[in-house]
Amino acid sequence: MTDLLEVAGLHKSFGANHVLRGIDLTVPAGSVTVLVGPSGSGKTTVLRSLNALEIADQGTVRIGDVSVDFGTKPDRRALRTLRAQSGMVFQSHNLFPHLSVLRNVMEGPLVVQKRPAAEVRAEALTLLERVGLADKAEQYPYQLSGGQQQRVGIARALAIKPRLMLFDEPTSALDPELVGEVLAVMKDLAAEGWTMVVVTHEMRFARRVADQVLFMDGGVVVEHGTPAQVLDQPEQERTQRFLHRLNDPI
Amino acid sequence: MDESTVELIKSSLGPLTEGMIKGTLPLTAISFVLGLALALVVALMRLSPFWPVSAIARAFVSVIRGTPLLVQLFIIFYGLPSLGATIDPYPSACIAFTLNVGGYAAEIIRAAILSVPRGQWEAASTVGMDYPTTMRRIVLPQASRVAVPPLSNTLISLVKDTSLASTILVSETMRKAAELAAPTFEFFTLYMVAAVYYWVVCLVLSFAQTRLETRLDRYVAS
Ligand SMILES: Nc1ncnc2c1ncn2[C@@H]1O[C@H](COP(=O)(O)OP(=O)(O)O)[C@@H](O)[C@H]1O
Ligand SMILES: [Mg+2]
Repeated sequence: MTDLLEVAGLHKSFGANHVLRGIDLTVPAGSVTVLVGPSGSGKTTVLRSLNALEIADQGTVRIGDVSVDFGTKPDRRALRTLRAQSGMVFQSHNLFPHLSVLRNVMEGPLVVQKRPAAEVRAEALTLLERVGLADKAEQYPYQLSGGQQQRVGIARALAIKPRLMLFDEPTSALDPELVGEVLAVMKDLAAEGWTMVVVTHEMRFARRVADQVLFMDGGVVVEHGTPAQVLDQPEQERTQRFLHRLNDPI
Repeated sequence: MDESTVELIKSSLGPLTEGMIKGTLPLTAISFVLGLALALVVALMRLSPFWPVSAIARAFVSVIRGTPLLVQLFIIFYGLPSLGATIDPYPSACIAFTLNVGGYAAEIIRAAILSVPRGQWEAASTVGMDYPTTMRRIVLPQASRVAVPPLSNTLISLVKDTSLASTILVSETMRKAAELAAPTFEFFTLYMVAAVYYWVVCLVLSFAQTRLETRLDRYVAS
């Protein structure tokens, strides 16, 4: 399998805070990578760098045939091209509150990609159907539950036809009973062959859906492998400690 | 109220209405629309990461807010001619009020833009939007909800402030009242009538404000 995503030597500091200290990772096309690690370890910053929401100080990111070297201060156009390769789903959905659900999904293809409205609309409705929300098309985000909002966020990200889907703790702001519906949509996407990088603490999702699990701590990837390797037989002590805290918090 | 006062009030209604319709209202409307456009430009300049641009905007706002409107009006009407630019009363007033609205509304618009959460900018950029598109499609529509109440106050203040134009001989409501009062010395009566005119206009505007706010609130949970 060829790698769709390849990250090498990614560094990022916020002021004196050296947050990413050389991240290397590869994600084969059509596979699911789950990123776990303690709070503050840099997971969000990694995802945001892939999407150029954060401009890394050093390192390269390649998605498909689009490659950006952050060491050479990439220009705006290069960053925009990189950004267009991935769809981002945020922890807090960040839906556009003044637009209907349908318009939220249509906005990117219609306004940015300037594709014909009828076609965009039809595609958006198909996407909403896929996340089980076709009947909510004309509602506004505030009228939906947290789980539904997150599913609209997924549809909106899919609408720009990215090659890679990024999820930053998509269920951690949800009430427990709403987590399942979002994970189910993500599981379907994985089954359809989407390449996904997911930051989550839903270990059952990681076990069932992930092809690869990365454990991050202190701005580096401490350990990576199959879910069984990393989650059940972690080699590194830091991984063991983290998993212990996660499985047995009290 | 004696008969002559009633007569005076009756005979003043025509000229005051004319002053309102030909003077106060268009002066307000023109200055407000142009002022808002100016304010948007100043607000965006103020938010610019390029410091000379934001410094110019900041200086403009500071001067407008730090000097009396009457002085601004006099400088444009009496002061500019000494520099060789003579401007008629009506356009002078339009310019002064436009600049004034521009200064005050710029801060309102800036604060409203800043009130839109960062996540909205980020979400817009993940669907591929650049700065101008994000501003136009995502940020300004949301900022308008925040800006409408204070901007309505600016408009209502402007309606009343345009009465200052009477001092540079613009024949608006206040000027008409003064002209009618001068020969009869019935200043109290005529200024009371003028006050009612302004009050009615402001009542109508407050009503419109409420309607607009309700409309803009349709997409947030109540
Ligand atoms: N925009 C920012 N400005 C300053 N510091 C930041 C910013 N974003 C993240 N950080 C810091 O970077 C570190 C890693 O954050 P993050 O990537 O969000 O970790 P995680 O998602 O693993 O919890 C934290 O110490 C956080 O405070
Ligand atoms: Mg995070």
